[in-house]
Amino acid sequence: MLFTVTYQGNHTQDLGFLLHKHPERAQQFSLSYGKAYVFYPEVSDERTTAALLLDIDPIDLARGKVGSTEGGLFDYVNDRPYAATSFMSNAIVRIFGTAMSGRCEQRQALADTPLNLTATLSSLRDGRDTALAKELFEPLGLTVSAERSLLDERFPEWGESPYITLKISGTVRLCDLLNYVYVLIPVFDLQKHYYTSEDEIRKLLDHGEGWLADHPSREKIAKRYFSVKKSYARRAIDILMQQDPEEEETEQTAEQEAAEEQAQRTPLNTQRMNAVRDAVLKSGASTVIDLGCGECRLTSLLLNEPQIKAVTACDVSVRELEKAAQKLHIDRMPAFRKNKLTLMQASLTYVDKRFSGFDCACVIEVIEHIEPMRIPSFERVVFEFAAPRTVILTTPNREYNANYEHMQENALRHGDHRFEWTRAEFEAWTAHICEQFGYTCEIGGIGEYDAERGYPTQMGVFTKHG
Amino acid sequence: MDKYRIEIPEFCLVALIGGTSSGKTSFAHRFFKPTEVLSSDFFRGMICDDESSQTVSGDAFDLLYYAANKRLDHMKLTVIDATNIQKEARKQVLDLAKEQNVHAAAIVLNLPEEVMQERNKARPERSFPARVIRQHARDVQRCIRGLKREGFRFVYVINSLEQLKNTEIVRTRLWNDKRDLHGPFDIIGDVHGCCTELEQLLCRLGYVRTDAGYAHPDGRTAAFLGDFCDRGERSTDVLRLVMDMVKAGSAIAVPGNHDVKLLKYLRGKSVSMTHGFDKTAAEIDACGEAFKAETEAFLDGLISHYVLDDGNLVIAHAGLKQEYIGRGSAAVREFCLYGEVTGETDSYGLPVRLNWAADYRGRGTVVYGHVACKEVKVQNGTVCIDTGCVFGGKLTAYRYPEREIVSVDAAKQYYEPVKPLEEEENQALGDLLTVGDFNRKLHIETKLLPSIDIHENNTAAALEIMSRFAADPHWLIYLPPTMSPCETSPLDGYLEHPLEAFAYYRKNGIRNVVCEKKHMGSRAVIVLCKSPETALKRFGITDGTRGIIYTRTGRQFFTDSETESALLDRLDRQLTERGFWDDFETDWVCLDTELMPWSEKAQTLIRAQYAPTGNAGIHSLTDAVAALEQASKRRNLAFDVDAITSGQNVDPKELLVRYRAKQDDMARYINAYREYCWTVKSIDDFRIAPFHVLAAEGKVFAKEQHVWHMETIRKYITGADPVFMETPYLCVDTEDEKSVENGVNWWISLTGSGGEGMVVKPEVYTAYNQGRLLQPAVKCRGREYLRIIYGAEYLEPEHLIRLKKRSLNHKRTLALKEFSLGIESLTRFAEHAPLYRVHECAFGVLALESEPVDPRL
Repeated sequence: MLFTVTYQGNHTQDLGFLLHKHPERAQQFSLSYGKAYVFYPEVSDERTTAALLLDIDPIDLARGKVGSTEGGLFDYVNDRPYAATSFMSNAIVRIFGTAMSGRCEQRQALADTPLNLTATLSSLRDGRDTALAKELFEPLGLTVSAERSLLDERFPEWGESPYITLKISGTVRLCDLLNYVYVLIPVFDLQKHYYTSEDEIRKLLDHGEGWLADHPSREKIAKRYFSVKKSYARRAIDILMQQDPEEEETEQTAEQEAAEEQAQRTPLNTQRMNAVRDAVLKSGASTVIDLGCGECRLTSLLLNEPQIKAVTACDVSVRELEKAAQKLHIDRMPAFRKNKLTLMQASLTYVDKRFSGFDCACVIEVIEHIEPMRIPSFERVVFEFAAPRTVILTTPNREYNANYEHMQENALRHGDHRFEWTRAEFEAWTAHICEQFGYTCEIGGIGEYDAERGYPTQMGVFTKHG
Repeated sequence: MDKYRIEIPEFCLVALIGGTSSGKTSFAHRFFKPTEVLSSDFFRGMICDDESSQTVSGDAFDLLYYAANKRLDHMKLTVIDATNIQKEARKQVLDLAKEQNVHAAAIVLNLPEEVMQERNKARPERSFPARVIRQHARDVQRCIRGLKREGFRFVYVINSLEQLKNTEIVRTRLWNDKRDLHGPFDIIGDVHGCCTELEQLLCRLGYVRTDAGYAHPDGRTAAFLGDFCDRGERSTDVLRLVMDMVKAGSAIAVPGNHDVKLLKYLRGKSVSMTHGFDKTAAEIDACGEAFKAETEAFLDGLISHYVLDDGNLVIAHAGLKQEYIGRGSAAVREFCLYGEVTGETDSYGLPVRLNWAADYRGRGTVVYGHVACKEVKVQNGTVCIDTGCVFGGKLTAYRYPEREIVSVDAAKQYYEPVKPLEEEENQALGDLLTVGDFNRKLHIETKLLPSIDIHENNTAAALEIMSRFAADPHWLIYLPPTMSPCETSPLDGYLEHPLEAFAYYRKNGIRNVVCEKKHMGSRAVIVLCKSPETALKRFGITDGTRGIIYTRTGRQFFTDSETESALLDRLDRQLTERGFWDDFETDWVCLDTELMPWSEKAQTLIRAQYAPTGNAGIHSLTDAVAALEQASKRRNLAFDVDAITSGQNVDPKELLVRYRAKQDDMARYINAYREYCWTVKSIDDFRIAPFHVLAAEGKVFAKEQHVWHMETIRKYITGADPVFMETPYLCVDTEDEKSVENGVNWWISLTGSGGEGMVVKPEVYTAYNQGRLLQPAVKCRGREYLRIIYGAEYLEPEHLIRLKKRSLNHKRTLALKEFSLGIESLTRFAEHAPLYRVHECAFGVLALESEPVDPRL
């Protein structure tokens, strides 16, 4: 909510001309989400500071005047009025728009000259990624200092604050400095207060003109800038690359390398889906139920197989199913393919007659999301009541987690996992299932094998007796 | 001339048979309600605007039969008004009757041809050629003889206009309809010739021997579930006794499969001497012809099931699924005698049975026998009381409406069972919830509110939350309701104030209210059993635990079971030491509590939202204040607004005042949330403040006053162990100014130092104003506390004025629905209702609290 620019040197009062805001006059501006003030905390020959202060109305924010036509997007208790967010970017472009374009009739030469400038932003959210500020601003020739406090000094065990007070300084044209700040605030904060539409690509490229294409982290910048619209990020990156034909060559080889590496290391999830599809086909099944289908990656693979005549995909989360329907392009799916598919909401802890009558049930990376207390119900729903001939179930191998560098000890792979099994635990569980429900089980693994810790994913293929 | 009397059951499918112009439609209108009559002409018109259009007949009959099917689903008498002259047309009627298990009746209008020709001429707008009329008349005449054989249970033929004029239709009750009998009943399971045990059982039930078998001095009725004979030693004695009692009116009886076999034998048909029939055959052969004849007549006259006591009780030998109750057909009779089998046999050579009781969702209790089990088996409102007396088990009676079980042990094993009697284990089968009961629009009837509708987009959301986060549904016998705040206070600087809460109740005729301190923690429901055995027996908990602490959304409070069981053990110690279990004659209890610290459950919320907002806020505001202080020291020129600049002048000194206020607000906000956070190092750092004793065995304490709850908690739980905290309370007389002032002062003292505030409740648990249910409680939260709800700056006048415009209606409606559902689920559990009936209420609360989603993709 507070942004300052300090100009050091001689006749620094000229900052007022560059910003088109008189140093001796404090002003206020009305914006749709509140007010903005521009004033000068210090004005002297050697040092002049301009401040842009936002006064965001928290009640409007919560009750839905801002950023949405239908109800509030925000809680009453919210950091948005105080942190440096897209609101600030918006205010900068609205109030310092002329300065950003580099125009200044009265001091054009000064506007075109790199000056000794310092900018500060209070409470900029970087999600405790300490390296981010340096990564983004240092390549632009700026000196970065970031101060971070404890989240709450009364409770040191809560850890550090996700915000920094950012100070960047260097010899730089004012218009460039403003454009950097404008583009990079949402790259830190990730959350935008307005709907991201296509003209945002244009905006990014305009304000990034002359520096973004050369920025070593330009892809990251584009991706984070469009954190909710990946396709926009891709298009922006494509355009940025074209602007720079010289570099294209080297970039391509790097890309090729990456592609080759990719081929060697197919993402675990893809490997898992392929392995499960193969197991389904091997079981001879022609009707399959995907229990906990998520975004339907497996279902979509199965629909490609002539052997599979019908797939029912269920998930307990309706939102997940909506995403799945989108990803599968269900609204323009050919009738033949569509007729093979059923999407439905279902729970694995309630007996469900709709689960009966399939050759094979797939339960892929699902069991670890179920409360341990509910596992007995899950077992009966799947193995006693649905009771298909084949059940294919996968779950993480906890032992393998030690191979993931970024993971802390004893952590689980996903925040929603209630448990992860070791190989021995999984084996014991499969034995219990086989005994209680009359199945035999073949245990396998998916992913890169580690001699000591096994496969990252464990797979059990259960076959019903008789 | 005598009346021509047509008798048909009050629920059946009637086919009118008659040619065109035979007067079917006016006949139908004379004897049936317009809604009972489905006329093919009407449906023709519905489809194409022309009632006589023959081209749309196919579609018209599709619609007609669709409507008929729906009516019969609802057990409504239905009349098919079509010619029904063709055999194929009548077959469609009969097929429907069969599918719906109702009797089909045919009423034939066989009037002389001349009459019909005349009528036909009289309506020129849709007259038929004379030959059509002639043909119809002939066809009708010809079909009459075969109607019975075709499958019409009742056939009536009207041959003349005079007979038509004299006709009357009498609707009779179905034979199985004994809804007017209210008992009380003593329902007795499969006897199988164990007359000695039967006599003992009757004596134990209080029956006395009379000339005609046994009778109860209080006029109770015995109800026999059949299977009187075979395997045991005194089959004919049992038959004698039962026949005498039925004849004397002190008993009713339904037949069992063994009795039907005996009937066949008595009729001279050959039957196999298996399953102990040889013994019966030997006994009956030794009896005189008179006894045989009497027995034959008796068995022949038995009705396969009875619906009793306004439909609240159903008896049948092998049970009866919901859609068959009150209907009559061969299929229904088969079911009553043999149950539902797959047609396969198991390894013992016995038929494999389908578990119809698992799917039973009817409101009437179905009491049945047929399958011998070790113990009485209760499932979804069905009760199997065949406890295998003849196999050396016991003979059991189920007393209704007391729902008590009385048994007499078998004197010996008379017959060896082919397979060991079914163990309890199977009981768990019915205990899993079925998704079909919940993933649809719910209509829940509660005792406090007659009906609560919950839409499908809410139940879909609840299904996800229940499945992903909730604890074992067996534990979730209650989810607490949301609570509405008091009306917005008109006082300056206050959003909520107790005067409004007092006014709400006073205005609604409640004079005395109780104010309870609101602890700032997390709502926690505690269910505790005396032992894991109780948890297993009463709650169906199989993991060996004996209690649970769960949140208002049904999620287990503690992820580590050690903390949970340590807290439960400490609670148990208090209850045991102070004699709670004995005083309340219970081995379980359910408590409504507040668990502190708030930071324990709200960790994520605090670290992801509350603390960051405070952190970002205080840093930014401090920086802003510093910048403004600097600017204020400088000279500020007020220029005129010129064409280039768009801004308006502002005074930095004014801004400084404004931002200092914001800074102060933020500091107070941080203090407010900090108040409710502390670090838990050991179990002693937890605080639990119970405020409702919700339920115990057989009791829901929703009739007790709040002071009773407070005092009971003080007596049995709080005071000794520091973990259990008392809830301070104050009684206020809303019509006494002094008392009201006391209440206000108490609230000020509670909230002055940042306390959350208080809850104001009527002195009774459920309060009404002229039959309208009142809010069970309203909350009055403190000024400082509300910063963590409405944001740090909410008290700034320009914010407060807008916040005061809030509507409580939605919240209050929700609160009432959820409150009713909460009490309802406890009541159902206390009354031993099936799991799905209890879960329905908890599920409903969760659904009402969920953000709706659209389950239709």
